[in-house]
Amino acid sequence: MAKMKGATVVDTERCKGCNLCVVACPLDVLALTGKEVNRKGYNFAHEVLADTCTGCASCATVCPDGCITVYRLKTE
Amino acid sequence: MTREEIIEKGQVVYKKPALLNDTPMHYCPGCSHGVVHKLVAEVIEEMGMTDKTVAISPVGCAVFAYKYIDVDWQEAAHGRAPALASAVKRLWPDRLVFTYQGDGDLACIGTAETIHALNRAENITIIFINNAIYGMTGGQMAPTTLLGMKTATCPYGREVSLHGYPLKMTEIAATLDGTCYVTRQSVHSVAAINRAKKAIRKAFEYSMQGKGSNLVEIVSTCNSGWKMSPEKANKWMEENMFEFYHLGDLKDTGAVK
Ligand SMILES: Cc1ncc(C[n+]2csc(CCOP(=O)(O)OP(=O)(O)O)c2C)c(N)n1
Ligand code: SF4
Ligand code: SF4
Ligand code: SF4
Ligand SMILES: [Mg+2]
Repeated sequence: MAKMKGATVVDTERCKGCNLCVVACPLDVLALTGKEVNRKGYNFAHEVLADTCTGCASCATVCPDGCITVYRLKTE
Repeated sequence: MTREEIIEKGQVVYKKPALLNDTPMHYCPGCSHGVVHKLVAEVIEEMGMTDKTVAISPVGCAVFAYKYIDVDWQEAAHGRAPALASAVKRLWPDRLVFTYQGDGDLACIGTAETIHALNRAENITIIFINNAIYGMTGGQMAPTTLLGMKTATCPYGREVSLHGYPLKMTEIAATLDGTCYVTRQSVHSVAAINRAKKAIRKAFEYSMQGKGSNLVEIVSTCNSGWKMSPEKANKWMEENMFEFYHLGDLKDTGAVK
């Protein structure tokens, strides 16, 4: 059966750590960093369950700063 | 299948609209303004109006909107964006002209300009970011602040006996003969964001078809002013704002006119 595999790329320097993408992801793929911060001093979003991502783009749609690019690939 | 392979062989299904440039936006983390900026940029791009748009920015947190969306802009005096938009559109009818205003700007100091521009059936769109507070100046009460809602200038909550009732500008706009499309949207979820984008597109199209004035209210959060996390602010908005500010179209005469 065809399956959608997704991947996200977060512009971590643009990210403000608002956490809205983390909340929007139905599959808990994303999380904010615990200690690591970007140059602005924000914890930023990153993939913690990358394998699970379906590329639904919910995270990117709700991101107020347009930090997330989403890729999707159909696999057999 | 590795992440790298998906990125290399896969399709881009979402990226920041090209019209929204790389300048970091000054908005607080999680602010609704950013989401609406993205939608406006996407719609202008999709309509092919990049070189034919004049936007008017307000006084309020969105005062610097012109730094982020790469179209032509004018920056209006506080509340006067609809008057400036009227002038621009009359001088340049083939331009897509819209204002982008907060509730303090539109529903307080600019109430008269807003109502009259809408009722003159100026072929413009007003994007109205209603976060029920003066965000930029530190979270003071606005005419749109809900009863019971706490702000810096009503620390015990807005009270009818002291502050009167919250103002529903969008309902007023719907009663005006000059308006074509009047709608209230929000951007707290993927579904809501998709609906808001369609509404902005419709309003922009009607304005270009000369069908009159259009108002798209976006019920928004100001998590800093409300003193909540962005996530909590969205929840609070769902539980409190939508009860008073009902979402949906209030008027749409564009399809028949
Ligand atoms: C003539 C004038 N009066 C008052 C102000 C102060 N002031 C700046 S922004 C603002 C209100 C902003 O609130 P809103 O329009 O709701 O925008 P937000 O920041 O919430 O997006 C006020 C009263 C001003 N700049 N100019
Ligand atoms: S694309 Fe969908 S599944 Fe993947 S991280 Fe974003 S919200 Fe989660
Ligand atoms: S929604 Fe955007 S800004 Fe907020 S944490 Fe996620 S990537 Fe960062
Ligand atoms: S003060 Fe409020 S409206 Fe202004 S940027 Fe911050 S969250 Fe947004
Ligand atoms: Mg406001």
